[in-house]
Amino acid sequence: MGHPKGFLQHTRELPPSRPPAERVNDYEEIYVEFPVEKTQEQAARCMDCGVPFCHSGCPLGNIIPEFNDAVYRNDWKEATDILLETNNFPEFTGRICPAPCESACVLGINQPPVAIEHIEKTIAETAFEKGYIQPRPPQQRTGKKVAVVGSGPAGLAAAAQLNEAGHQVIVYERNDRIGGLLRYGIPDFKLEKWVVDRRIEIMQEEGVVFKTNANVGENIDPGELVSENDAVLLCGGATIPRDLPLPGRKLKGVHFAMDFLEKNNRHVAGDKNAAAQLISAKNKHVVVIGGGDTGSDCVGTSNRHGAASITQIELLAKPPAQRHEDTPWPLWPMMLRNSSSHEEGCDRQWAQLTKAFIGDDNGHLKALRITDIQWQKKDDGSHGFEEVPGTERDIPCDLALLAVGFVRPQFEGMLEQLGIAVDQRGNVADENYRTNHEKIFTAGDMRRGQSLVVWAIAEGREAAHAVCNFLSSH
Amino acid sequence: MQDQAEQHQLENFSLYGKTTPQQGLYVPQAERDSCGTGLIANLKNEPSHQLVKDALTMLANMEHRGACGYEANTGDGAGILLQTPHRLFFAEAGRLGFRLPPLGHYGVGMLFLPKEKELQQRCLDKLKEVIANREFELLGIRPVPVNNDGLGKSAISTEPDMVQVFVKHKDGLSGMKLERKLYILRKNAARLVHREMPFELHDLFYFASFSYKTIVYKGQLTTWQLRNYFLDLQDENMESAIALIHSRFSTNTVPKWKLAQPFRYIAHNGEINTITGNVNWWKSREKDLVSEHFNDEEIDSLKPVTGYQLSDSGYFDNALEFLVMGGRSVPHTMMMMIPEAWEMDERMEDYKRAFYEYHENLVEPWDGPAAICFTNGNLVGATLDRNGLRPARYCLTNDDRLILASEAGALPVDQSIVIKKGRLQPGKMLIADLDEKYIYADEEVKKIICKKLPYRAWLNKYRLTMKDLVARETPEKSKLTLLQKQRLFGYSREDIKVLLQPMAAEGKDPIGSMGSDTPLAVLSHRPQHLANYFKQLFAQVTNPPIDPIRERSVMSLSMRLAGCGNMLTMGLEHARFIRINQPLLNNEEIAKIKNIYHPHFKVESLDITFPADYSPGDLEKRLGEVCEQAEAFARTGHNILILSDKKAGPNRAPIPSLLATGAVHHHLTRTNLRVATSLVIEAGDVFETHHFATLIGFGATAVHPYVALESVKEMAAEQKMNLNGSYQGVTEKFSVKNYTKAVGGGLLKIMSKNGISTLQSYQGAQIFEILGIRREVVDKCFTGAISRIEGIGFDEMAKEVLDKHYQVNWHPTTENSHPQPSDLDVGGLFQWKRKGEYHLFNPQSIHLLQYSTRRNDYKAFKKYTKIINEQSERACTLRGLLDFKTQQPIPLHEVEPVENILKRFATGAMSFGSISHEAHSTLAIAMNRIGAKSNSGEGGEDPIRFEKKPNGDWERSAIKQVASGRFGVTSYYLTNADELQIKMAQGAKPGEGGQLPGHKVDNWIARVRHSTPGVGLISPPPHHDIYSIEDLAQLIFDLKNANRQARINVKLVSKAGVGVIASGVAKAHADVILIAGHDGGTGASPLTSVRHAGLPWELGVAESHQTLVKNKLRDRVVLQADGQMRTGKDIAVAALLGAEEWGVATAALVVEGCILMRKCHLNTCPVGIATQDPELRKRFDADPQHIVNFFTFLAQDLREIMASLGFRTVNEMIGKTDRLKIKPLTGHPKYKHLDLSPLLHQEPADEAVGQYKMVEQDHGLENILDWRLLNLAKGAIRHRNHMESILPIKNVDRAVGTLLSNEITKKYGAEGLLEGSLYFRFRGSAGQSFGAFGVRGIHFVLEGESNDYFGKGLSGGRLIVVPDRETNPLHFIPAENTIIGNVALFGATSGEVFIRGIAGERFAVRNSGANAVVEGVGDHGCEYMTGGCVVVLGETGKNFAAGMSGGMAFIFDPENNFERNCNLQMVDLDPLDKKDLEAVRKLVRDHFRYTGSNLALSILNDWRKQQQYFIKVMPKDFKRVLKEQQSDFQQPEAGAIQETTISQ
Repeated sequence: MGHPKGFLQHTRELPPSRPPAERVNDYEEIYVEFPVEKTQEQAARCMDCGVPFCHSGCPLGNIIPEFNDAVYRNDWKEATDILLETNNFPEFTGRICPAPCESACVLGINQPPVAIEHIEKTIAETAFEKGYIQPRPPQQRTGKKVAVVGSGPAGLAAAAQLNEAGHQVIVYERNDRIGGLLRYGIPDFKLEKWVVDRRIEIMQEEGVVFKTNANVGENIDPGELVSENDAVLLCGGATIPRDLPLPGRKLKGVHFAMDFLEKNNRHVAGDKNAAAQLISAKNKHVVVIGGGDTGSDCVGTSNRHGAASITQIELLAKPPAQRHEDTPWPLWPMMLRNSSSHEEGCDRQWAQLTKAFIGDDNGHLKALRITDIQWQKKDDGSHGFEEVPGTERDIPCDLALLAVGFVRPQFEGMLEQLGIAVDQRGNVADENYRTNHEKIFTAGDMRRGQSLVVWAIAEGREAAHAVCNFLSSH
Repeated sequence: MQDQAEQHQLENFSLYGKTTPQQGLYVPQAERDSCGTGLIANLKNEPSHQLVKDALTMLANMEHRGACGYEANTGDGAGILLQTPHRLFFAEAGRLGFRLPPLGHYGVGMLFLPKEKELQQRCLDKLKEVIANREFELLGIRPVPVNNDGLGKSAISTEPDMVQVFVKHKDGLSGMKLERKLYILRKNAARLVHREMPFELHDLFYFASFSYKTIVYKGQLTTWQLRNYFLDLQDENMESAIALIHSRFSTNTVPKWKLAQPFRYIAHNGEINTITGNVNWWKSREKDLVSEHFNDEEIDSLKPVTGYQLSDSGYFDNALEFLVMGGRSVPHTMMMMIPEAWEMDERMEDYKRAFYEYHENLVEPWDGPAAICFTNGNLVGATLDRNGLRPARYCLTNDDRLILASEAGALPVDQSIVIKKGRLQPGKMLIADLDEKYIYADEEVKKIICKKLPYRAWLNKYRLTMKDLVARETPEKSKLTLLQKQRLFGYSREDIKVLLQPMAAEGKDPIGSMGSDTPLAVLSHRPQHLANYFKQLFAQVTNPPIDPIRERSVMSLSMRLAGCGNMLTMGLEHARFIRINQPLLNNEEIAKIKNIYHPHFKVESLDITFPADYSPGDLEKRLGEVCEQAEAFARTGHNILILSDKKAGPNRAPIPSLLATGAVHHHLTRTNLRVATSLVIEAGDVFETHHFATLIGFGATAVHPYVALESVKEMAAEQKMNLNGSYQGVTEKFSVKNYTKAVGGGLLKIMSKNGISTLQSYQGAQIFEILGIRREVVDKCFTGAISRIEGIGFDEMAKEVLDKHYQVNWHPTTENSHPQPSDLDVGGLFQWKRKGEYHLFNPQSIHLLQYSTRRNDYKAFKKYTKIINEQSERACTLRGLLDFKTQQPIPLHEVEPVENILKRFATGAMSFGSISHEAHSTLAIAMNRIGAKSNSGEGGEDPIRFEKKPNGDWERSAIKQVASGRFGVTSYYLTNADELQIKMAQGAKPGEGGQLPGHKVDNWIARVRHSTPGVGLISPPPHHDIYSIEDLAQLIFDLKNANRQARINVKLVSKAGVGVIASGVAKAHADVILIAGHDGGTGASPLTSVRHAGLPWELGVAESHQTLVKNKLRDRVVLQADGQMRTGKDIAVAALLGAEEWGVATAALVVEGCILMRKCHLNTCPVGIATQDPELRKRFDADPQHIVNFFTFLAQDLREIMASLGFRTVNEMIGKTDRLKIKPLTGHPKYKHLDLSPLLHQEPADEAVGQYKMVEQDHGLENILDWRLLNLAKGAIRHRNHMESILPIKNVDRAVGTLLSNEITKKYGAEGLLEGSLYFRFRGSAGQSFGAFGVRGIHFVLEGESNDYFGKGLSGGRLIVVPDRETNPLHFIPAENTIIGNVALFGATSGEVFIRGIAGERFAVRNSGANAVVEGVGDHGCEYMTGGCVVVLGETGKNFAAGMSGGMAFIFDPENNFERNCNLQMVDLDPLDKKDLEAVRKLVRDHFRYTGSNLALSILNDWRKQQQYFIKVMPKDFKRVLKEQQSDFQQPEAGAIQETTISQ
């Protein structure tokens, strides 16, 4: 374990971030350097619990106390080994994970939890720096071929695992770059794209083949894909966004968040035609509908565009500043979260119901009609809301970004052609990651519905395990 | 020749294999007894009837050391051994019409016969045949006249007929020649008669004795029945110059006349802990016996020498008898079988050391607490084992009598004729030779025996040590990588980090906390180490554990390699062995052994691997081959066999080394070759201490753990060791040394838990219970070991090995692949891991339990119980395999209300010190609110908690614990309790002591524990007033005197035989017996104990209930169960198995916020529970209401189950195992062979036999002396004034002053009365526990002597002992005579004591505040003392001040002898400063004032000169703390003493 009394000697401390006013001018990472001793101090806070709830809380099952101890002992090699044992891409999760481990951290019962995510990121970056993370192509090939469809975190994790097991893996990505949401969903200020590229290169050197612009069901024949491979793993994500079918939805200026973000990422990446395609928020009154992570990415991006105003509205009531008593430790706490994007400026409103998009004569959006609502617990225990009379109002809005989640994977095309069964929610139905088709497996959002990157990686790993078992039994 | 059936019987011989058929869980072999014993001898060898009468009086005066069963008039056994009463027999023979030759020319057999006449006649016919065949003439048979009036029903039901058989040898032999022939006659007669009878009738034909010199009268009697029963004993013609007596306290009540003592040579008080091993080894040695005194036919006819179905003492007697018949003297044989602790005793004479070392190769010590009186008819004596844990007091009179007994004063003697009063000391012997008319002291007799033969010269010439061997080669390099080997042998990352690292870095066994909640090995889905199926047994009640650290001097780890031959010879051949200092061999040592080239030693290796190709039967087949090979090698003179798994690799899997060892050991035993060779194990699967213990316990001599050594070295090379917080500096060599030291220390601990002192006697002793292995495997490889629930067979074992084998990456990818930690298993035993071992308390269950109780959400609680109870797929506990047979449910409202049920709950014993005041008092308040009981734990309780709070809440713990440390156990503490719990063992570390490090002893804890802040406190492994069952009875009596309103609860830990112990405890008059499971435990313990010692409570509760019902004792006691109780189902199962009350600890702590950090030992509990850190304590945030919610939920949950089962009250459910069924066991292939039916056995009993507590115990308080004291002192107590009185006292007057003190405390609290208010002068011999828990105000003067436990728990009173006024000052010098017994002032907290004379062993043990002056003490004086002041004006025994952390002792040492007797581990010897001198002078002055001591006077009169001879014994810790305090407060050093001494 780290220091037995580390948690009494040190308090939680994270690397400082650049001042908001400065960082909104670029898309670079917002955190500044942190001395390694400080990270070790943070690791020393870990209590090496007998029941490490963090390890339980982490979808990947990262063995957090063990790597904390290694960091405390300044043994970065060991820390790297422990981390890589459960996590293929700590450089991603160390940056963009909401860290359920930290909300489950035992120290969090009565103190600020251990800075697990920061430690994870530091281990990952130190490992790259010191050369601990190197391409490790398998020594022997099994001769089996696996096609992975989709190069988001689930597909990548599965590809890495399958490749390590000695199978030949080809990843099919319909977009022009590898990475899925990592590439086009998450803004650079949260995940700079060289981080993704660095990982892709390693995987390529390890023998994973990536095919971009390869849209199975469009320019790749799904049937052939199945017949030419020993197994196929579908990691196409839950790409169909939830819409708000309200009056005025067709107005110009109403966009899905993901369109907004993807185009922005292409622009930042320096794509040729990106500037033209960009949905710009510059000088606009932006309203982000939806209070989640995607919404907050829209806020951060809009600030970088130079929006005239940014408002983020959320249907749910304002959560308490501290853990709500209904979600005691170690549950994921219902509480107010301020992202770095919020620090950069945004008007947040809760318990707001969107009633309509109001346009001008040119079919351009100019305002949003919203109303206050009141949430109540019903007799049957469920929660419901009622509009608060007299609060309906229009707020100025040139650009509305719908960040209200995703409903399901895209059925049309690949899934349809392959005859893959889906469940009631429209997600791919499976039994231990295997679909109704013997050779076809699935993982990630396509299987579980929209979720976190960390879950996607976990799914990719588990599905790869299922594929390996399948292959070894055939 | 023996016939077929008998041969078969012999082959299957196991110590216990042939006892009463086993039903349910009752373990007949666990029956134990203990007792009082004594002897009287007339040194002039003048027989008299008076001596017989005196002996019987003495016996009757030790009635309280014996016991009776459920009937008051059925004793456990009493008897007397006498010289042949020729005059009586001659007269009787004449009356019966036959004539006896002169004494010495005939033999007389005391014979038990069946009552049934026809059978009896058949026995006698056969006997006559044998008599004739053996060339004897039958002179006559005399029915022994008895009178069985007044005997209990159960004694009568098994009463034999008794006759005396008189024979004469046809050749007219006499003396030893006759005795040998009688011996053969007896053995043959028994054998041949038994052959004709069914096995269960064997007990009915039994010779109590058959000798020309001695005769034994004994039976299932109480001490006072003996004389009435045997009319001979009342006959004036019954004359003897020797009498050995014995009163038995047996743990069970199944009557067995033949097990009454004395046996033919001995009367034994104590227990032989190593009996299984001793008997097995003995059996192996029988093959080679050749004797000049017997021809071969005779020798063969004597086998098996040790017989069957005896008690440990009975076996001992048989072995001793054989060796004596073989030509050794009785004292010589005693010295062989019960050697002194010689190894560490550098002051011992060399001839003695040589004698002991030589004889160790002949026979391993029969180890255990023992006071043995012995005689062969003309030589009589007594000896104590090396630990000296049983009392033996003697006195010599000027009319040539030697009187020795467990208690002084048992035979009242005219004090004017006493010339010496002494006691046997540890390892010492006392012999009276009646032919020589001479008493030999220990030194004298041993010198004669040891110098008879040139043992030292032989050893020097032939015995080898490691140093004498040369390493010719280094061990061959393995082709496998370390990682592959670790994987193959099942090392997990945790094993390396948690177990090996601390061992290699610090040389210590690792520590952990919070018990164990992982599955039993047989239930785990993960491949297990075979040793995990073996649970260490441990000493509990019937014998004491030893302290392997403070009493290291009596222990030994040395072992011998090579075989031994005919043990009847006494020549140089027995000096041919290789002596090794400890059993772990490093690389160099194994190489030396492998390459021995020496005419006396032949070494051979056997490959213990099997094909890794998954064919069933492979493992068993290979095992058979290995056994055959071993046999062949042993037959060809190979006397060192190495079992090696080094050939394991991709195609060969290792046989578990334990399995191979057991198989070979027992195969060789069966083929009578075992002692011809010794086994060395070279195995990769040996890494934790428990692995070594199991190997040695099943026969290995030495172990080479090559993978563990390599792992340790690699850690050192990679600098991953944590030495004093730094990660560097542990070299490879140092790491191996440390690891070896840790293993040695761990083994000492495991042995000491059983009270075993030497590894040699631990070897093969099989002190384990097997949990989850099939009968066929046990019979073959672990013959005779206890195993009750069946389990895995050879193929399942193979599978567990192959599962690990499969995980090995045999062809690892090369250079640039990461060596990943993932290559080793995560483990998950000590820390919950998602992919590791299953834990019942896991993130989900902990959360739900906290969530539900904090929010009073019963629905959420049911979710919690669901995940705990539903273990069908992943069983974790035995109860997880059980389900209810629901039938005839009743509506819930008909079940008794929650409030009734709540009263049956208790919380577990957690001490203030281990958990915070907040955590402790919150539990107490909650339990008091619901009418249940919280437990103080050991370590006292702050008296501020005794008063209720204004809001009605009460922080007082209803249960006050009395543990081995006795911290804070005062009269006041005991008085403030509803229940007093004697902690015999605790689940987490049964048989072990504890230590509270100085940094945890803050002001508060120190105050409560009556100790000094900052000074570490040690709890000894044994209660130093409980070495045996009769001692426990005494403590129960003491406590009942100290608070007669309180129930007395005895806490035991589940193990095989706990039922028998529970019976003993019930007979010792406990009101409640708590059976704790092995897995409980909230405190810090060595990890090996947490995981490997003790058994689940399910087994213990069921066994206890069954055994108590069988013995008709169940209705006298409440049976309580605890150990990881979590849900209503757990409670219901406990009730159905037999427990009507239940304890909950861990779950209650979880409700308080515990998150199973498992760091309790580090004082860093982040939720403020297991910590004393004020900052952390602030983080405690539980409310008593949460606990109330929890227990209410538990009761509610239980009620729902009761309703479904149709029970209206809890009492109805007790023991109704027919309402339990075994779930279909589908979870894992391993489950399929489990057989839990013994658990569900219902002891047949008629309606009248109670199944739960219904009748009160008779504590025997009606007629105690204290009522008189109370009566006399009534007025003085009421008016707080002075009184004086004079009373006679006898040894049967026990715990005098305790009840009186309780009455004073009730009235005046901790204050007591004014010093010296109640002045009592007693004359005579005081019984045990004189002045126990005596409070301030009592002033007792005892004129005479006192027995053990004098001043136990003294709480402010003053006790004075002086010799009787009649003792003749010419013969009797007080300062040279033993005047009080062992273990005086145990746990005293305040008060003063003046003793004019010598005290026995362990004077002032764990004293924490009393001041004492004494004129000499025995061994281990001031052991574990933490406070107070002791002045010794004479000599001390060995090991003075061991574990002494506080207080001071001053030794008057003009001869300059003291230093070598002092254990300097924890104390310094300093000169006295001025204040010390003043304090000492004051105490010596008081001593003179109170006792009139001449010695004190002479010192005082010459103070100027004499003061220089005092030495101050000063604990280092205490000195440091005083120094710190001094700088803080300017407190004078001796202030502490002055304050308490001089409050005159």
